[in-house]
Amino acid sequence: MLTMIGKRLMFAIPSLIGVVIVTFLLTRALPGDPAAYFAGPAATKEAVEQIRKKLGLDKPLVEQFFRYANDLAHGDFGNSLTTGQPVATEIRNRLPASAELTLLGLIVSVVIAIPLGVLAATRPGSWIDHLCRVTTTAGVSLPVFFTGLVLVYVFYFRLGWSPAPLGRLDVFYSAPPTVTGFYLIDTLLARDVEAFRSALSQLILPATTLAIFSLAPIARMTRASMLAVLASEFVRTARASGLSPATVIVTYAFRNAMLPVITTLSMVFSFLLGANVLVEKVFAWPGIGSYAVEALISSDFAPVQGFVLTMAVMYVLLNLVIDILYGVIDPRVRLEG
Amino acid sequence: MKRRDFLKSVSGLAAGAALPAMPSVISSAKADARSETLLIVSEGGPNNLDIHGVGTNVPGYEVSWNCYDRLISHEMKSGPGGVPYYDRDKFKGELAEDFKIDDMSVTFKLKKNAKFHDGAPVTAKDVKWSLDRAVSVGGFPTFQMSAGSLAKPEQFVVIDDHTVRVDFLKKDRLTIPDLAVIVPCIVNSELVKKNASEKDPWGLEYTKQQTAGSGAYKVVKWTAGTEVVMERNDDWVGGPLPKIKRVIWRMVPQAGNRRALLERGDADISYELPFKDFQEMKANGKLNVVSLPFSNGIQYIGMNVTKPPFDNPKVRQAIAYAMPYQKIMDAVLFGLGNPMFGAPKDKPTEVAWPQPHKYNTDMEKAKALLAEAGYANGFETTISFDLNFAGVNEPLCVLVQESLAQLGIKTTINKVPGANWRTELNKKEMPLFTNVFSGWLDYPEYFFYWCYHGNNSVFNTMSYKSAEMDKLIDGARTAASTGDTATYDKDVKGFVDLAFTDVPRIPLYQPFVNVAMQKNISGYQYWFHRRLDYRAMAKG
Repeated sequence: MLTMIGKRLMFAIPSLIGVVIVTFLLTRALPGDPAAYFAGPAATKEAVEQIRKKLGLDKPLVEQFFRYANDLAHGDFGNSLTTGQPVATEIRNRLPASAELTLLGLIVSVVIAIPLGVLAATRPGSWIDHLCRVTTTAGVSLPVFFTGLVLVYVFYFRLGWSPAPLGRLDVFYSAPPTVTGFYLIDTLLARDVEAFRSALSQLILPATTLAIFSLAPIARMTRASMLAVLASEFVRTARASGLSPATVIVTYAFRNAMLPVITTLSMVFSFLLGANVLVEKVFAWPGIGSYAVEALISSDFAPVQGFVLTMAVMYVLLNLVIDILYGVIDPRVRLEG
Repeated sequence: MKRRDFLKSVSGLAAGAALPAMPSVISSAKADARSETLLIVSEGGPNNLDIHGVGTNVPGYEVSWNCYDRLISHEMKSGPGGVPYYDRDKFKGELAEDFKIDDMSVTFKLKKNAKFHDGAPVTAKDVKWSLDRAVSVGGFPTFQMSAGSLAKPEQFVVIDDHTVRVDFLKKDRLTIPDLAVIVPCIVNSELVKKNASEKDPWGLEYTKQQTAGSGAYKVVKWTAGTEVVMERNDDWVGGPLPKIKRVIWRMVPQAGNRRALLERGDADISYELPFKDFQEMKANGKLNVVSLPFSNGIQYIGMNVTKPPFDNPKVRQAIAYAMPYQKIMDAVLFGLGNPMFGAPKDKPTEVAWPQPHKYNTDMEKAKALLAEAGYANGFETTISFDLNFAGVNEPLCVLVQESLAQLGIKTTINKVPGANWRTELNKKEMPLFTNVFSGWLDYPEYFFYWCYHGNNSVFNTMSYKSAEMDKLIDGARTAASTGDTATYDKDVKGFVDLAFTDVPRIPLYQPFVNVAMQKNISGYQYWFHRRLDYRAMAKG
């Protein structure tokens, strides 16, 4: 098992090198001149040149690349020009914010979508099947920023139930000491119940927004996969043997139907992590997606490269975890396969 | 699992997800904190806490303004609508107790009890080091200093511990005002030197992350892109002790949410909202909305005069007659701007800037002029704008496009990403574009020197060159420094008239800076930099 994991990680190295090269070239190919941008509104040509020199952008591309690669090898992702901070620190601070939100959104989504999918599959054509269809279609066809804005409008602006969409904590609470970077866990570790409630209530709306969006693929996939399994012979045999419907569905059918669902889950998770930019924007969430987009807008190379690289690493790890999970769920699947 | 149980659990979960968040438990201590805290929400935040830094953005200026002192600052006067407005011509000491302007120098006596945030006294050495730094670091700060003929470290002379003299390079009316802008801030030299390195002799890396000044506020926490927290410096001697103890400045990217936060009473102040929002908030009267004109600022349509068809003044005048001025005021700005067009025919030119020109939307005249210029059937061109300000620029360009189509001019709209805009301007190749220019120093000759002079600065976006114009601008600058009012008035009127007949750029309107705040917030002041000054503000 361990050697297999090692081997898998080895395979990931060439793709990571590819990612480094491609992002470097792509960011350089972007229109826009960071030197002119950062020289400010009143800069003369000389001032722009001075800035260009300071940023090392006057050097040939190859030299810039080797400097960048060398820094990367030393764990230095460079400095963001827009926020003025080292990229590595920023990503370390922001990734947990995005991950916490995405995970919670995904959990909410799974908790709703999987039972919904299973129920719809066991009673095809019934009202619950239609409910499943309508919910998922509605969820996937509403853009996230729209759902987010509607939720803010209704639950914050109109009803006043939800706290102000001002990021991870109410303005007057201070962040818990960082252990995991997940506020829900850190506040509990710090035994700060008030801050925990604040963090949780801040999370509800954005997590719901994400959940609504990700319901569709999970519920649909559960339903389709359950339908296929329920029609198979071993389920018929189990039923014929007089096992209770619950045992048939949960123990026999569901476990076998889980593989495609897990694959979908991993895709949805990685997709959400990168794509919740809009949710982050709507809820002023200090996450990694909004960070990357802002950097992109201002031709700020380092954060964009850092972001893509982090995402690539996350994908590699995620795929590995999924592969391992496959083996756990279905002993027939071996890592070698 | 039974269907009923299942349904129960599902509906329970769904309800759980939609349940209201627990009412926020705010203890009384927190309520107290609230009344002494100012919560500001805006789209962008600072990228650097030091205005001398490389590429410090405009929100960074606000931090510098409130956390650092300058030798002198402006007095306040009553501005439009009774809002306090900085007085261009009156100065008061901030770190300086008093100052004496001689023929070729100015001498500052420092306040003896002034201290930096770390307790070190503010001395003449710090002042010299800071001004040396401003003229030496390069980039924007050095450029801004040079605008007031402050260019060499030798100009700043330490006389004793509490006395500094600034020598003039030449007579320049802008030298004193330039010492009151944000850039010449006084930095704790000992502290910064301790944290400087060989590669970074001015300690820019250190001051980027923390404030090292003597100002009324100090930054206690800064999370880039998320929030800035500032606390009052109780030992401040630059002016009366501010009433606000703590300032929390949060970045909220979504304009709709910023408005919601204001209307729900959660945030105290916001700017950078769409004009329509300001207009509606003004109308419903729940909040205070302050709208003041940019001092020395104009949004304009520029034309590249080096290339046909805009090298022909007749074409430029035709375009000036074809602008949908009033439509722009109504549909783009919702009235939040000062019209810079349609002055009465017989109105004499004033010694002031900005002032409205005499063009009006008159398609017949435009057609006639265009025919005279030999373009009776129109031509094709491209109008460019900066996407960073798409909220105004995009509808504006669409209106212009529509209007020009009536003359047979086919216009394609070119949206330039913010990061690229400066580069494009510098290339001076765009035939037709819209842009804003606004000068910190509020003098007509300053505006014209940057925007119309033949030395072709970045802001002379039209590449306009005219010997007559240069003579008038230079004449006004010389006259201003020697106090020759008669010549000055004549030259200013001269260059304004010339700018209007030659129309390399068509002024559209003077933009407004809009700030929305709760009714219980008082003390907003308009400054040339258009950012907030927390020192005069109060809550409740």
